[in-house]
Parts: sequence; C-alpha cells; structure tokens
Amino acid sequence: MDAPRKSKPCLSGVGLTKVFGLGRRTTVAVDHVDFEFREGEVISIVGESGSGKTTLAKMLLGLINPTEGEVYFQGQKRDISSHRKRQEYWKNIQAIFQDPFSAYNIFNKIDTVLLDCIHMRGGRGLPRAKKIELMTEACGFVNLKFEEMTNKYPFELSGGQMQRLMIARIFLLKPKILLADEPTSMIDACSRATILDYLMKLRDEVGMTLIFITHDIGLAYYVSDTVYIMEHGRFVESGTADRVILHPQEPYTKRLISDVPKIYEEWDLSTV
Amino acid sequence: MKHTLRQVARSGKFMAGFIIFVAILLIVIIYPLLVPDPPLQIIAQGTFFPPGIYVNTYDSINAPTTYTLHLDDAAAKRVASKLSQENRTEMKNWLVAAGLPADEIDTADTEQLLNQWGSHYDPRLQIPGMTLAKSRAYQRLNASIQGLLSTEGAIIASRAADTGALQAGREVKQTDYVNIREVANVRFLPLGTDNFGRDVLTELVRATGVSLQIGLVAGIIATLIGLTLGLAAGYIGGLLDDFTMFITNLFTVIPTFVLLILISFSIGQDKRGAFTIATVIGLTAWPWTARSVRAQVISLRNRDHVNLSKLSGHSIPHIILNDILPYVASYVVMAFILQISSGILQEAGLAILGLGPRTTEVPTLGLMMNWAMIYQAHILEKWWAYLPVLMTIALITFSMNLMNTGLDQVFNPALRD
Repeated sequence: MDAPRKSKPCLSGVGLTKVFGLGRRTTVAVDHVDFEFREGEVISIVGESGSGKTTLAKMLLGLINPTEGEVYFQGQKRDISSHRKRQEYWKNIQAIFQDPFSAYNIFNKIDTVLLDCIHMRGGRGLPRAKKIELMTEACGFVNLKFEEMTNKYPFELSGGQMQRLMIARIFLLKPKILLADEPTSMIDACSRATILDYLMKLRDEVGMTLIFITHDIGLAYYVSDTVYIMEHGRFVESGTADRVILHPQEPYTKRLISDVPKIYEEWDLSTV
Repeated sequence: MKHTLRQVARSGKFMAGFIIFVAILLIVIIYPLLVPDPPLQIIAQGTFFPPGIYVNTYDSINAPTTYTLHLDDAAAKRVASKLSQENRTEMKNWLVAAGLPADEIDTADTEQLLNQWGSHYDPRLQIPGMTLAKSRAYQRLNASIQGLLSTEGAIIASRAADTGALQAGREVKQTDYVNIREVANVRFLPLGTDNFGRDVLTELVRATGVSLQIGLVAGIIATLIGLTLGLAAGYIGGLLDDFTMFITNLFTVIPTFVLLILISFSIGQDKRGAFTIATVIGLTAWPWTARSVRAQVISLRNRDHVNLSKLSGHSIPHIILNDILPYVASYVVMAFILQISSGILQEAGLAILGLGPRTTEVPTLGLMMNWAMIYQAHILEKWWAYLPVLMTIALITFSMNLMNTGLDQVFNPALRD
C-alpha cells in the first residue's frame, strides 16, 4: 500500500457529486467522489474526455456548486456563500485553463491581466514603477519580455506565449493551490515541455500544491506524486504514481496505460 | 477594434445604407436653413394643390410699388390690428438694413411705417449678408402687406409726378405678360400642398426629422431597458432570471401594438407630445432586445475568460461591464438600429390611427399619413400627399436594415457571401 503521507491535508472532498439536467434526462458528471489532497504534493487526475475531470475542477474552484457533498479547505468546510468569501477563497486557489485562446478577454490588454493580479494581492496602492517591476519580474520568470508585451492584446501572442503569460499570472498571485486543467493539450509538442518546466519551477518557487488534470497518463507519471484515475465520474484507482502506473490493479487503468503511444514497439515499463 | 471598423467601412451593404441614411439626415438638417418657413404655415387657400411653380395672382399684376394711403380711423385700426408685431419688427429690420435711420422708424405707428415701407421697399435691392431665402421671405411679407391693404380698402394707385394727385391704377389686359423673374412672390412647390394648403415638401422634411427623433428616443429607451434586464437576468440567473423572463414573456405574448394603442388612448389627446409617444413606444419594445441579449449572455457566462475574471477577484458589475458587455456590444448595436427603424414604423402606425402626437405642434410622418387619409387623398388621387411620405418611411427603414445586414455580415463571418 501507499507510504504514509506526512503533510497536512489542504483540499479534500467527501461524496462530491454533480448532476446536470432536470427530470428524466440527467447526466451524472461526478459521482460521489472522495479524495484528500495534501500540501505540497503534485496530484494528477487522469481520465478520458467526458469522465468529469473538468466538472470536478470547476467544483474545486467554486465556479459551479456541487449537487451533493462537501469540499474541505485546510481541514475546514469551505464557505463560498458570499462574493467576499469567494474572493478570499480565490486568493488561495487559482487555475490554468485548457484553451489559452479563449481564456483571455480579447478587449483587455496584457497589462490589465497582470495588473489585476497585483491588485488582487493587495498591491492597488503601489507606485506605478513598483507595479512595472513586479510585472517585469513575472514575465521574466516565464522568459517573456514585458517591454514587448505592454500595449499588446493577448490574441497577438502565440498559444505557447499565452500559456506562459498564464503562468506569469500565477507567479504574481502565489496561491496555495494551483489547478492546471490540461494546460498543455492545446500546445504543440515543443512548447509543451517548456510549459511543464515552468510549471514545476513555479511550484518549487511558490511552494504550492499542484493539481494536474490530464488525459495523458505518461505526463501524469512524469510530473506527479499521487495519481487519481477517473472513469465515468468516479475515482477507480488512486495512489502514488509509481504504484498506480507500474502496478495497475484496475482493468481501466491497465487499458489507459496500454493506450499510451510508444515510440518503440516494445516499451518495457519496468525499465522506466 | 480598428480592424473591425475598417471591415465595417468596407462592407458594401452597410455603406449603402449608411449613405442613404446620412443623405436623409443632411436634408433634414440643411433644408430648414435654406427655407426658414415654419413647416405648418398655411401658404395657400384651398386643398391639395398639385406640384408645380406657383405665382401669386396679385403679384402678377405687378403694380408699381408706390402707395398713397388715406385711411379713415376705423380702417386704420383694422389694418393696425392685422399687422403683427413680428412683421413690424421685420419691416423695421429691412428698412434699417436698406439705410433708413433707425430712430425715424416707429413700429407702433402703422400708417407711417406702411408709408415708409411703400416708398423704400424694392425686391431687387441686394442687401449684403442677406440670404436668398431671407430676401424671399421679405418678398412674401411685402405681398402679404399689399394683400392686407387691398382687402382693407387701401387705394393702390400711381402718383402723378407733377401734381401729386392720384391717378387710376394700371389696366391689366388679356395680352399682358410678366416675366416670372420680375414677380416677387413665386413659390416652387415640388410636392404641392396638402389638405390645409401647406407646402408638403417643407412639412415632409420637418416630419422626417421629428420621426427620426422619435425613433431614436424609442430605440434608446428600448435598448437600455432590454440591455440592462438581459445582462442582469442572463448573468446573475436564478430567481432574478425567472422573474425577468416571466415579465418579458408576458410582454411578448400580449401584442405590442395593441398595448401601444391602449396606452396612447389612455394618455389622452392633449398630453400626447412627440416624446411621450416615443417613450411609450420605447417602453413596449424592450422585451425582444432583453430576450436576445439574455440568450447571448447565458452562452458567454461559462466561458473561460469569464471564469478567469472571477478568479481575478472582480465584482459582478465589473465582470458584466468588462467581460460580457464588450462581447455582446456588436449585437446590441445591430438591435439598436432595428429598434430605431421599428420605432419609426410604430409611430407611423399609431398616428395613422389618430393616436399619434397631438396635431398642433409638429408634423410627423405618421400624422401626414393620417391627414392624407382623413381628407381622402387616396380616393381623390392626390398622390403627392401620401406617396412621398410612404417613400420616406420605406427609405429610412430600408437604409437601417441595410446597415444592420452589413454589420451582421461583418460580425458573423459565416454569413458573408
């Protein structure tokens, strides 16, 4: 079984359920899911499309309300009933979305996106020069030049640059938990490794819990400590990455692993 | 943004509609500067004069403008009461402009004023700084003074040069002709006169202006209400959405025009100004905008950029104004244009039933149709009383729909041909 985990639980769910639709035509997107994410871990939630990963992510972010069940944040029941409480909660949990092309408001300039983050961290009263210094630092972290970004709109950047800007945003916000919802699936293979590198670097820098949502089990194995396998709204298998990937118990997990495209015809998992 | 504007300017349909609309607007603005007559002034006795050039019958006799006035007291008082203070001031203005010292002119002394006018007024005198339209207006004033004097029993005669005694006036024969340039009071009526003897063209231009204003006010009111309710109901949802949609559905189920008729009727004839009507139209036209804006907002509110804005800690008003409104703005502009054109049509529909603005103040396109219908212009084949009005309504609506289709093609690339 799993080795005992030391750190405190930071985000956990009990019987979390989301049902869409009314009357007879209902779809159960997430079906009584229990989990406990611990501080400082990198967690992967792996599943095919339609398995309820994104719905679960939105519930964790507090963007949609669960039909049933509770989310516990740092051991206490999460309370996001008022707008003020939600804002407080969002200072602790942030997200990177799947599609960078639709994640930005096309009417806002890049400066606005970054300034919003500084303001959210309580930097509204800072002098202009200090704000620019912070933004330059954040852009520098993901190897973007702030001087080139200013007065540009997000859609003038490439997909990879937009996703890096998203990471710069998180760098400014320094949340306790980052939920990355397939951050690399819309990016070409070359930029993918760069984005992952920046994410891991950011995690080391800020010391946050990283929840990684992906359909790519190879990627999950590469980055995470703990892996949850999701099928039809349920967690079918969970445990440390080594245990789940190298010694899968469930047939669904085995199938997922066997579906990973291999460069060589024979890919012996035991040597990885 | 700049890119979109350039695309809008390149859209043929939009530009065609825009040019027609601007042309109408320019006519409405410039025409009153050239023809300063009040639009509801009755210029001729009798109904429905067909289009053409009209010469004042009295002017065509063209008596030399030399008057000797011998008014007995009663007649003098009658003339004095008929000559309005405005006209007196106008006469004084002209005389001063023609070089008479201002202190010699007393607008209260009718006889002296008329004498001075008679001896000094010359329609061919060029006064610097006076527009053609203004000098035409003075020619008409002169004609009306002559008419006043002749009907009040003034003697128009030429004075003998040596003795100063009055001689008989000029005899007008069958073979007499007058060059039209020498006649002071010539009216060109391209669209004839209406049932009250008013110039249809002047009336039509003013009516177009008023109708456009009514459409604009109605459009602004309807769009503002519809936009606010649509944004709030669509984004906030829940009970507010249910309640708003309930009211919107009520308004949609009741035919708007019936509602309009009932409201206009209950306001009463006296209180119905042009802008009251516009407000009433605006207050009944919003459900359509509210429904479509709500539908757009519902599809927008779960987009990632809205989620990102929420995660950035923005308040609900901030998100609605910055992350939702700009995305529906193009659609709202198109809806606004359609609301203006439907406002104009609604006003015309109401007024033709006799429920439009009260008739004493301003003409509107609908009122002109109403007058033409009441006085049976369509049965008497007086086409100039209603056809130009119809064409104007059609042209305005057509130009607005063209603009709307053009914008639609720019904003929805799938519709481009």
